[in-house]
Amino acid sequence: MPAWDWGYAFEVLPQLLRALLVTLEITLLGSVLALLLGLLIAVLRHARIPVLDQVLWALVEFIRSTPLLVQVFFLYFALPRFGITLSALTVGVLGLGLHYATYTSEVYRAGIEAVPRGQWEAATALSLPPARTWTGVILPQAIPRVLPALGNYVISMFKEVPLLLAISVVEVVNKAQEIGSQTFRFTEPFTIAGLLFLVLSYPASILVRRLERRRVT
Amino acid sequence: MIVFDGVEKRFGDHVVLRDLDFTVAPGEHVCLIGPSGSGKTTILRLLMTLEKVDAGTIRVSGKCLSHMERKGAMVPADEQHFREVRKRIGMVFQQFNLFPNMTVRGNLIEAPTRVLGLPADEANARALELLELVGLADKIDAHPTQLSGGQQQRVAIARALAMRPDVLLLDEVTSALDPELVAGVLNLLRDLGRRTDITFLCVTHEMGFARDFSDRVLMFDAGQVIEDAPPVELFSTPRQQRTKDFLHAVVDRA
Repeated sequence: MPAWDWGYAFEVLPQLLRALLVTLEITLLGSVLALLLGLLIAVLRHARIPVLDQVLWALVEFIRSTPLLVQVFFLYFALPRFGITLSALTVGVLGLGLHYATYTSEVYRAGIEAVPRGQWEAATALSLPPARTWTGVILPQAIPRVLPALGNYVISMFKEVPLLLAISVVEVVNKAQEIGSQTFRFTEPFTIAGLLFLVLSYPASILVRRLERRRVT
Repeated sequence: MIVFDGVEKRFGDHVVLRDLDFTVAPGEHVCLIGPSGSGKTTILRLLMTLEKVDAGTIRVSGKCLSHMERKGAMVPADEQHFREVRKRIGMVFQQFNLFPNMTVRGNLIEAPTRVLGLPADEANARALELLELVGLADKIDAHPTQLSGGQQQRVAIARALAMRPDVLLLDEVTSALDPELVAGVLNLLRDLGRRTDITFLCVTHEMGFARDFSDRVLMFDAGQVIEDAPPVELFSTPRQQRTKDFLHAVVDRA
């Protein structure tokens, strides 16, 4: 038996590509959740509303200080006890989205703080309502600054999706494992799975780096 | 009419303004001069509601700005009250503070459309008219970063005027400019002073401007008005030694 069987590799490729679509779907939905929820947390925390601020702080610290895997297990195995049963895919999206929202909220916060105080004051002097100050003045300046950091978190999320094999989400690494255990040939499926991540992550990280450079100049 | 009545402002233990009383009549041009840290800028920031008073009251056109009535008693004003009173007041900052994410046009139509509810075409017409006034009509679609400091400041003045304020606060508006650009901005303000009946309060270190622009000059020291006189009088025959020393130092530098 050769170390690498091209025929076998091409045979398993379509299945892995289909599973990759699941990975991408979870990444995409999880990112949308992480980017929106993180923004909401950052904006709410900026207002420093008593109680709400402490609650959000505790939530963010709790989620950041516990492993994603534990959170995913909790959502998948513990929530049904409270009458909430979610599909593995939904848990995957929610788990990743919530977890990374705590990171993106910190990124947004840094971006918001980097907007000069004079911008807030000019908005006040023009009597702009708070909502418009956010959407028209502050966020359009804060978000472009942090796009590279947000992009990096999206790439991290993409690479964390295989963790969801723990709750039997059939994404690309789980698929490779499944194929391998049926044929007892693991080299090709796992190598291909790894290459698929590389092929997508690397260009994405180049894109992020280009964004970074554009911000500097 | 602007009335400061027993106003006190502290930052921590540091008292910036103490028991401050003065009034400014409608349409009057008042320059505030004095050493740095004497509380001049704080007065503008209190009027713009960027800071809150610790004691005393401020009234603008009869409306109390620092306090509001609730259940028959005067209590410190809340955000909503501030939003109401600040609509008649405009401010121009030392650092311009144009919105860099918008074009010049965007900067000028933002508040008139969002706050006053002006239709877009009317706001645009107003923007163009004001840009012509400040001599920058050809920059309407430029971004603030493409403009010189002097041009940015003239746009900032136009932006404040677009709200048709009764009172315009000018906070060291030429201090961040290259010397050669200062005159253009000051001439624009002189022109505005002649053409409009806006009440002007200017914090400035430009004594020549204070002399020919203002009806009254207030000399500040350590959070209090130590001298209040028409410019001719204050600059030629200051009564206080502190004023004499200050003017001496400022004029010598120039």
